[in-house]
Amino acid sequence: MSVASAVNGRRSREAWGHWLAAQRGILIAIAIFAAMFATYGWKQEVGLTASIINTASNKGALLALVAMAQTIPVLTGGLDLSVGMIFVLSNCLAATIVNGSFLMTALGVIGVLLVGIICGTINGLIVVYGRLQPIIVTLATGAVYFGFALALRPEPGGSVNFEFADIMTRSFFKVPSSVILMLAVVFLIWIPYRRSVLGRGAYAIGSSEQAAYMSGVPIARAKVLAYVLAGLLSSIAGLLLTAITYSGAAKAALGADYTLNSIGAVVIGGTSLFGGSGSAIGSIFGAFVMRTVGDLLIVFDINPVLQPLFVGIVLLIAVSLGSLRLLRIKNRLDLYR
Amino acid sequence: MATMTMALQRFDKATVIAFGLIVVLLLVGASIKPDFLSPSYLVQQLQLASFLGVIATGVMLVILLGHIDLSIPWTIGVGGMMATAAAGFFGPTVGVVLAVPFGIACGTVIGLANGVGVAYLRAPSMIFTLGMNAVAQGLMVAHTGGFAPQDRGTVFMRQLAAGRLIPGVPNPLLVWLAVGAAAVFMLTRTTLGRQIYAIGNKERAVFLSGVDTRRVLLICFAISGACAAAGGVLLAGWANRSYQAMGDPYLLPTIAAVVLGGTNILGGRGSYLGTVAGVILITLLQSILSVLQPQFWFADMGLNVPAETFRQVVFGVVIIAMLLLYGRQRAVQG
Repeated sequence: MSVASAVNGRRSREAWGHWLAAQRGILIAIAIFAAMFATYGWKQEVGLTASIINTASNKGALLALVAMAQTIPVLTGGLDLSVGMIFVLSNCLAATIVNGSFLMTALGVIGVLLVGIICGTINGLIVVYGRLQPIIVTLATGAVYFGFALALRPEPGGSVNFEFADIMTRSFFKVPSSVILMLAVVFLIWIPYRRSVLGRGAYAIGSSEQAAYMSGVPIARAKVLAYVLAGLLSSIAGLLLTAITYSGAAKAALGADYTLNSIGAVVIGGTSLFGGSGSAIGSIFGAFVMRTVGDLLIVFDINPVLQPLFVGIVLLIAVSLGSLRLLRIKNRLDLYR
Repeated sequence: MATMTMALQRFDKATVIAFGLIVVLLLVGASIKPDFLSPSYLVQQLQLASFLGVIATGVMLVILLGHIDLSIPWTIGVGGMMATAAAGFFGPTVGVVLAVPFGIACGTVIGLANGVGVAYLRAPSMIFTLGMNAVAQGLMVAHTGGFAPQDRGTVFMRQLAAGRLIPGVPNPLLVWLAVGAAAVFMLTRTTLGRQIYAIGNKERAVFLSGVDTRRVLLICFAISGACAAAGGVLLAGWANRSYQAMGDPYLLPTIAAVVLGGTNILGGRGSYLGTVAGVILITLLQSILSVLQPQFWFADMGLNVPAETFRQVVFGVVIIAMLLLYGRQRAVQG
């Protein structure tokens, strides 16, 4: 073996090590999900049939899309507490305008996505140019968006184009279309964004806004775009919900539930709440981990009303695992920011 | 004039603006409904504000530290439900006596768990308290799922929330006064209070000054849990029963009240007087919308818009508008 190849071998091993270290959060999330879903499939009496996978995928995809939406502002060191409300608003709007002929349905879908983008833009503009804390801004705008959702649908109801709903919720060659939708979001929105200047800027801002500013990162544009994408992804989730339920409902509890669970999914997926590291792909698996908890309770014959208890415990264990790093800290000063 | 400006300077801008807006709201209310300014109506508003005020006291301490407590909704639920269930646990004689302390103690336990997670395990408070909220919810669901628990408040709880010890002054207002006075004393006259403000500014520096900052975090989260549970006890007494989602409508108004009162959401700055202003402001805002009834203007135009819409939209717009007036951060500079 020549010297060069030995050096090369060491280098590639080092590169692997770095890659593994960087992706650790995602890999842990994937491992937990795989273990949970395998247990679910094994305990399930009929096994993992296509329809069971389709149902699980539809349920998980809703939270996964909202969690991906949450990831992007979190990467910039912010937070979007309005994702759940944009999700509910899109649901109510879609149950009103995604109807009629092919053309009208297509226009309706575009309209819903546009409303998501507008909501996100409002969030981003207030956060950036109002110079207010994202957590409190999105708390307030979330209330406004929910108010509009209520105005659209004072009572649950509405309808949606049946063919559109069918395409969104069926399986193609045993691949659920909600999986295809998530893949489309990853490949058409997330990866191009991650590789764009503004996407890299989001990571830079999350690591150190000051340093990013000094390095010439377009801070204002990168932050606004992060919230715009969060709005867009939430409204895609709202469309999927409409396709699943065939109706729209303005329930505050639903929006709050999705907002809070999305933060949980983001953390389980390995994204740091302090910003600067993580990935929307991890959040997908984080979301599926949180949704599989409910399925596991059913197959293990535990009362499903206990689901919040177990979701909470999974969440607490996931964040407490992060405190293992405390054992490695040599200087106690490192504990304090 | 000079003395007036000096007197105003003692309060920060946020508190002054918040109190100013309260006066505006009162005048607007009076112009629509003449008995808006009657003592009985104002006392009723203060009574409603006291529930929010007691809960907001604990939340303010946690926000001053630069953390947040998202377990408020179900800690309120735990406080209310455990207080009403105490008679079932301890028998009718002891249980009635222990009802209120037991409810508050259960909330304190949740607060302590939050404190251990945030202070000692160094978990981000936002996600840890979120997890505790889900756990508390699960425990309460399990509590009601197994058997039909006692959900009626005791006579003492009813008196505490709806009675009037001093004629004309509702008891919850006295509770809020006591809790508020204790909070002001702690924040301004004790070492613990100074440490809370200091940690909100830079925990690392406080640690280097020889303060056990983790203990301070633990205490504040425990107080937050106790305050939320006390709020739950009062609410259960007010409604004369406890129910599962009783705390759900309180998370946003509490955080909004604290922040509108000028407490910096990143910690380190804020006065209790500001929080008082924020609490009254939020309460008045909600009541003035029920007086204005803007849904009927839209009904005249043929639009069916539920009243809740206006509450949510006005709520959100007021928070952002107020913060744009005084809550802006410095721009990032080189």
